[in-house]
Amino acid sequence: MTVLEAREVVSGYGEVEILHGVSIKVEEGEVVTIIGPNGAGKSTLMKSIFGLLPLKGGRVVFREEDVTGRPPQAMVRKGMCYVPQSDNVFSSLTIQENLEMGAFIRRDNYRARMEEVYALFPDLAARPHERAGKLSGGQRQMLALARALMLEPRVLLLDEPSASLAPNMVEHVFAKILEINRSGVAILMVEQNARHALGLSHRGYVLAMGQNRLEGSGEGLLNNDEVGKLYLGG
Amino acid sequence: MVQAVTSAVARVARIRQDYPQIADAIGGASLWVLFGVLLVVSVIDARQYLVTGIIVGSIIALGAIGITLIYGVLKFAHFAHGDMMMFGAYVALFALVGGGRIGPLSFGWGMIFAIFVAMAVLGVGSIAIDRVVYRPLRQRGSSSVVLAIASLGVAIVLRAIMLLWWGPDQQLYVSGIHPAREFPFDIKLKPDHIFIVATALVLMALVYLLLFRTKMGKAMRAMSDNADLARVAGIDTELVFMWTWVIGGALAAVAGILLGIQSNLKPELGFILLLPLFASAILGGLGSPQGALVGAMIVGISQEVVVGIDLPFPPFGVPGYKPAVAFGILILILLVRPRGLFGRT
Repeated sequence: MTVLEAREVVSGYGEVEILHGVSIKVEEGEVVTIIGPNGAGKSTLMKSIFGLLPLKGGRVVFREEDVTGRPPQAMVRKGMCYVPQSDNVFSSLTIQENLEMGAFIRRDNYRARMEEVYALFPDLAARPHERAGKLSGGQRQMLALARALMLEPRVLLLDEPSASLAPNMVEHVFAKILEINRSGVAILMVEQNARHALGLSHRGYVLAMGQNRLEGSGEGLLNNDEVGKLYLGG
Repeated sequence: MVQAVTSAVARVARIRQDYPQIADAIGGASLWVLFGVLLVVSVIDARQYLVTGIIVGSIIALGAIGITLIYGVLKFAHFAHGDMMMFGAYVALFALVGGGRIGPLSFGWGMIFAIFVAMAVLGVGSIAIDRVVYRPLRQRGSSSVVLAIASLGVAIVLRAIMLLWWGPDQQLYVSGIHPAREFPFDIKLKPDHIFIVATALVLMALVYLLLFRTKMGKAMRAMSDNADLARVAGIDTELVFMWTWVIGGALAAVAGILLGIQSNLKPELGFILLLPLFASAILGGLGSPQGALVGAMIVGISQEVVVGIDLPFPPFGVPGYKPAVAFGILILILLVRPRGLFGRT
């Protein structure tokens, strides 16, 4: 069943149009990766889906409801969470406070959820009162994921989760993403680290110049000659 | 003389540009040393002025904390804050009924009631002003400069209302002579002064608890830290704005009333207050409530003590130089450490 779908999305910043009609789909429980060269509009697509940028055309359908043009708060309430590429933690707040802010809109008791999230990230659980600003790059990325999980989302949008991380941390972050996915959360991510990301994705899309270029299974795209030449370095 | 100063300023600016981190550390350290020296001198030579400075400082602190919170959450310099303080003082004058006295204080329970009325009026009034003035601008995507200028307009409107309603003359909550009492170390204090400092301390403790123990306070800190991420996390930003106004407005009301108790009420006093208020908030580091408290104490004490130390050249010994001291501190911080003592880089 399709949980998230973007149809013919046209969007951009101000007068500048970056996406000229991009369509993607995420099925329940999938990991979907979007790759493409710089400036292809990958991050713009994420922001447009999440309601951070106004759509000039097209539709966004989430959990069988048209959510086109809704603000981020509405998306979050409906079960879509987004982790930006940078500045994705509140650095002057503690780890615990970051998680509490992730759960801001929850009116129920989210203690149990916090325990679950801590169980998934033992590194964070070890020092809940440490300021997020003092964490390493990898730990921050973990905290950003943890924050987004506080609302028990159905779909997680990740904008370059491995950007500017040390190689061993990249490994670790991808392992966590798989673990999150196995708990039933569909994942839509944008990645520079195309080979690695496609390797663990069910499906993938290649974007170029603000348009769909190719799509297929993760493995299919990895073995595709064109993709190999253009985006995977031969 | 002028040439020597300008060339020194230019030299400092050049050093800042070439070695930003070192200049920042040296700037911070030299500010601390300077204020430390001032504190030591005042403890030895000007204790009475030091105590007055602490009283003034705690009043300024309540206003400066509001300015720093509003700056952090709403991202603009709220120039109506001084006039909001004065407006709160006048609302309390309006609501003040009945005489009487609480113990040695110059006022009765009617004043306590009036304080709560003024807090409520200013808290709710701030939300109303936001709805009418700032929110429409925000939704249009106006820059922080536009919002700051709009707040200057609000300041003028508030002052005009005060002039129309209460007139331009100075007024007092309670007239009569309230003698000061002698304390050890040659310090003279009125019971009212102790009330002022105690009230300010209690309110600051409440603000601290709010910011670090409640969900709304944490959301205010989160917005101040990273507004984009707050939006992404689903935090209801309009609700956080509303609470920031309530707190800023209520604190401003109390600050104004305490100032009225300490000296008197006059419509244009609010505007004069802006300088020490902003000097304090910027000295502490805009966005940092703890910084605003420390900044306000330093500004308050410096203003009083510099005037109290009897040296044969300005600004020493001349009360008229008080605002100049605040202004001097402001220039000094902007020159040697623009992010303030506790501000983020």
